[in-house]
Amino acid sequence: MIESIDTSLIDWSRAQFALTAIYHWLFVPLTLGLGIVQAIMETIYYKTGDDFWKKTAQFWMKIFGINFAIGVATGLILEFEFGTNWSNYSWFVGDIFGAPLAIEGILAFFMEATFIAVMFFGWNKVSKGFHLASTWLTIIGATISALWILIANAWMQYPAGMQFNPDTVRNEMFDFWAVALSPVAINKFFHTVLSGWIVGAMFVIGISSWYLIKKRQTKFALASIKIAAAFGLVASLLTLWTGDGSAYQVAQKQPMKLAAMEGLYEGQEGAGLIAIGMLNPAKENYNDNVDPFLFKIQFPKLLSYLAERDLNAYVPGITNLIEGGYQTKDGQTALSAREKIARGQKAIKALADYRKAKKDKDEVAAKEHRAILDENFPFFGYGYIKNPKDLIPPIGLTFYSFHIMVILGCFFILLFAVATWLSYKNKFEDKRWLQWICLLSIPLAYLAGQLGWAVAEVGRQPWAIQDILPVSAAISKLNTSSVQLTFFIFLTLFTILLIAEVGIMIKAIKKGPEISGK
Amino acid sequence: MKKESFPLKVYHFYLEGFKGMTSLGKTLWAIILIKLFIMFVVLKIFFFPRYLNQFETKSEKQEHVSEELIHRAITP
Repeated sequence: MIESIDTSLIDWSRAQFALTAIYHWLFVPLTLGLGIVQAIMETIYYKTGDDFWKKTAQFWMKIFGINFAIGVATGLILEFEFGTNWSNYSWFVGDIFGAPLAIEGILAFFMEATFIAVMFFGWNKVSKGFHLASTWLTIIGATISALWILIANAWMQYPAGMQFNPDTVRNEMFDFWAVALSPVAINKFFHTVLSGWIVGAMFVIGISSWYLIKKRQTKFALASIKIAAAFGLVASLLTLWTGDGSAYQVAQKQPMKLAAMEGLYEGQEGAGLIAIGMLNPAKENYNDNVDPFLFKIQFPKLLSYLAERDLNAYVPGITNLIEGGYQTKDGQTALSAREKIARGQKAIKALADYRKAKKDKDEVAAKEHRAILDENFPFFGYGYIKNPKDLIPPIGLTFYSFHIMVILGCFFILLFAVATWLSYKNKFEDKRWLQWICLLSIPLAYLAGQLGWAVAEVGRQPWAIQDILPVSAAISKLNTSSVQLTFFIFLTLFTILLIAEVGIMIKAIKKGPEISGK
Repeated sequence: MKKESFPLKVYHFYLEGFKGMTSLGKTLWAIILIKLFIMFVVLKIFFFPRYLNQFETKSEKQEHVSEELIHRAITP
C-alpha cells in the first residue's frame, strides 16, 4: 500500500523550514564576522592602551550586541520544526543529530552566555586581560555553536559513522569521529564560518564608508576600514580555498548536486567550468535533446580538475547519473536510477519482513531479512522515489545560486584587496565612489551567504538525508493548512524582528561611537 | 573588611551590570524576553507539539515510524 502524501504538504514544509533558516542566517554571519573584528580591535587596545581603540571596539560591540540579542534563539525554531513537521526524520536520525545539537547546547551556548555578560558588563570591572579573553571566548563559543550545527547538517549531506537499527528504526552512531570529522563537515564548517567573516568585514567597511560619506567620525571610520579590509581579504581568499574543497566533496559524495550546479546534462572528460551562462527554459527533460544553455562561457577542463583533481577526468552529467552505465573511479559500472530504486524498494520490503519476522519470533527469517536490508540500505531512500526524474534537483535555482555566489565571492576578493591597498596608502578617504560601493555591498555579502545555503540545500533535493531518506518520507502527516498557518506566523514574527534589528541598528549607527572630534 | 566569596562576587557583578544598563540594553532585553515568551509559551505549546508525543511509549513511537516508512514506499 502506498500512503499518499499531499505534495503541497511537502512543499509547505520545505518552504517553512527554508524561511526559518533564511531568517536565522541573517543574524548568524554578522555575529561570527563582527565578533572577530571587534576582538581584533580590543586586542589592539590591550596592546597599545590607546583609548581610541577601546571606544572603537565598544561601538562595534554595541552593534554586535543588537544583532546578537535580536537573533539569539531564532535557530531553536528549526528544532521545533524537526519535532513537529519532520517527526519521521527526527526519529530516524536518532542520536546522530541529537548528539551534536546537545553538545552545542551544553558547551557552546553556555560558553557564549557566560562570557558575553563579562564582555558587556565587565568594562572597568574586570582586568583588561580578562575582558579581552572574554571577548575572544564569546566569539569562539559562537563559532563552536556553529560547528556542531554544521556537523549535523554535513551528516545529512554525507551520512557517515552510523548504522541503521531495524528494531528501533533509528540510525545509531558507532563512530563519533567519523561524524564530527567527516571531510564534508570540515569543509562545510570552514566555508560557512568564513562566509560569515566576509559579512562582518563588509558590514564594518560599509558602515564606516557611510561615516566617510557623511564626513563624520573620519579617524574611527578609516581605522575600522583598515582592520576590516585586511580581515575581509584574508577571509575571502580562505573562502575561495574552502569553496574549492567543498565543491570537491560535492563531486565525490553528491554528484547530482554538482551536475545541477553546473547545468551539466551529458558527462564528459575534460569538462569545462561555466564562468557565465544562461539556461535554456525550453529544456524540460534530461533526455529531450534540447540544448541546456542559451549561451555559456566556460573555463576549459576546470570542472574536471575541481571534481577529480585531474584536468582530463570524467565528470558524469544528469543523464548519466539517471541512466547509469558509466565507469566509476573505482572501476565499477554505475547503477542506473531504476536499479537504485529497485534496491531501495528491496531494502524497505526487507525492513517490513524483518519486523514481521521479529513479531512472529522467527529468528531465522529475521536474520535473512536483516542481511538483505543491510546489503541494500545504502539505497534505502530510493524506495520512495516514484520517477527517476524526481532525483533531479531544481536546476535553475541551484545553477544560478552557485554562479552568482561565485561571482560575488570574486567581487569581494577584489573589493577587499582594493580597500586594503587604499586604506594602507591612506587614500581611502578621497575615494567617494569606493565608499558608495562598499556601503551598497553590505546586502551583497548577506546574499552570497544565502545563495551558498540555497546551493547546499536545494541542490541536494529530494533528499533529507542523502540517498537514505527523501523529504517525502521525512515529513509528518499534518494538515497542510496548519503548516501554512505557522509559515505565515514565522514570516510575521521574523519580519518584525528584522525591522526591529534594522531600526535599532540605524539609530545606534546614526548616534555613532563616543569618540570626540572628527 | 570581609572578602566576598566567588559566587557572591558573580552575583554582584551581574546585579550591577543589569542595574547600570543603558536604555538600549533594556530595550534589547525586553525584545529577548518577549521573543522567548512567544517562542516557548505561544509557538511551542500551541503550534509545535512534538508530533510523536501523541504516542505514549517508545515502542509505540517506533512502531508508528516504521509503519510510516514502510507504507510510504513505492511498491514495484
